[in-house]
Amino acid sequence: METTARPTLVDDLADVRAGDKGDTLILAVLPRSEEAYAVLERHLTPDAVARHYAVTEPVVRTELPHLPALVFRVPSVLAGGVTGYSGLDGHGKTLSYHLLMMTVEP
Amino acid sequence: MIRLGAGAGFAGDRIDPAVDLARRGELDYLVFECLGERTVAAGQLRRLTDPRSGYDPLLEARMRAVLPAVEPGRTRIVTNSGAANPLAAGRAVAAVARGLGRPTKVAVVTGDDALEAVRRLDPVVWETGEPLSRCDDELVSANAYLGADGIRQALATGADVVVTGRVADPALYLGPLLHEYAWADDDWPRLAAGTVVGHLLECAGQLTGGYFADPVTKPVAGMARLGFPFADVRPDGTATLGKLAESGGRLDVRTCTEQLLYEVDQPRAYLTPDVVADFSGVSFRETGTDRVEVGGARGEPRPDELKVTLGFRGGWLGEGQISYAGPRARERAELAAEIVRERLVAVHGLEADAIGVELVGTGAAFRGLAPASDPLEVRLRVTARTTDAVRAEAVGWEVESLYTNGPAGGGGARKGTQQTLVVRSCLVPRDLVAPTVTVMED
Repeated sequence: METTARPTLVDDLADVRAGDKGDTLILAVLPRSEEAYAVLERHLTPDAVARHYAVTEPVVRTELPHLPALVFRVPSVLAGGVTGYSGLDGHGKTLSYHLLMMTVEP
Repeated sequence: MIRLGAGAGFAGDRIDPAVDLARRGELDYLVFECLGERTVAAGQLRRLTDPRSGYDPLLEARMRAVLPAVEPGRTRIVTNSGAANPLAAGRAVAAVARGLGRPTKVAVVTGDDALEAVRRLDPVVWETGEPLSRCDDELVSANAYLGADGIRQALATGADVVVTGRVADPALYLGPLLHEYAWADDDWPRLAAGTVVGHLLECAGQLTGGYFADPVTKPVAGMARLGFPFADVRPDGTATLGKLAESGGRLDVRTCTEQLLYEVDQPRAYLTPDVVADFSGVSFRETGTDRVEVGGARGEPRPDELKVTLGFRGGWLGEGQISYAGPRARERAELAAEIVRERLVAVHGLEADAIGVELVGTGAAFRGLAPASDPLEVRLRVTARTTDAVRAEAVGWEVESLYTNGPAGGGGARKGTQQTLVVRSCLVPRDLVAPTVTVMED
């Protein structure tokens, strides 16, 4: 029997919580094991996250290996934020699950 | 040991979990965080039309529910529900207590109102990079984030209830710790430890499984009766986090780690008016069912400047929604959007770039980053920012008129308008802003 391996997603390895500060989206990535942290530390580079959210300004990543966690500061994603954005989710709370959909290259 | 309970994590939060904590929690303090960035400015707008208003509209309901449940002389209440009118809020709490026949001493912390200071100083506004005086919008409020000191002073009067306006959220929890343990103003490690506890508790249910739950990856039991957390804080600032037996939710290392990092863009330098806290050494350890030990915070000296939230009157937002379902749902919703857009400009004189369109169901929440294929249904949502109410109303009107003039099978139209606020930020030197405590004379 032939099986096609599904690509690994961030969703398979970690939880993500979104927070906002003005225009900036803050993503806390919480790998579910130390192995998962090692994989995500390698693949979730600031550039990769910036591409995934289509931002041109630099993304800042903070590594917290003992928790373990990675925190990303993604500027300008929230265009206007809670008070300035006309769309429904000005906080960008739904956007944590966009990172979960990102493919982690094998 | 001091037990601090979380009574609310935002202005619209549930009331019954706080009542449960008040009744069964053996709390020393019950803290209600009810003030978002926008809430103060919104309160100020209400106050301009009615001088007795401007505080949290749910304050009286919360106090009516909670005051009869707390043990008099044992559990004291701290809240920032004063919003844009802390003195009126204090009087309202006193009136509720009187109505309940419960003698209650209420102290109010003011001094966060920085409107005069920013008008005089003309500081640079973060969002525009220009001096405040260059902003065209009408400034209606300016509130500085005060630290825990005002709350400490208010508790020193022997108050049962402390009402504040804008203070840093963790300071609502740090204030009682300063009062109880007499930590020095420059005891950075303990101030940081107390700030971490406050940060973990300030969103209430977000520590016990709220905003965490996912039925597959992170199941949480009993969310309809989610229990709010408390912390047993020791004199050295370390603490045990817990929640009541038989309340819903979960409290473990995973929920705590997520909340520790919530809205924290610099985990090594979490800025508050009281201390710059370093979260990078914080660790959690489960010591029992729904019991987690927290410690490891480090602290650096507090900043010399305080953040101020500026509220500006921002015009109107009009909105209309309508659904399309089945074959070509997306195409019909797109056609509908084109029609509304054309008419808002041609018939009602709106600016084209003030109009926003969302196709809910096609990945609108992801803002075009991950477009969905053929959804079974699409909800069109059109919005526009306008300077007046009449143009804002045109948005919902034009969406509704699609019923008889638009694409086939459009249903469930809804419309609305609201006045908007613009919130921006700046800094002021901390010596320009100081807390004042007023005890309500009964």
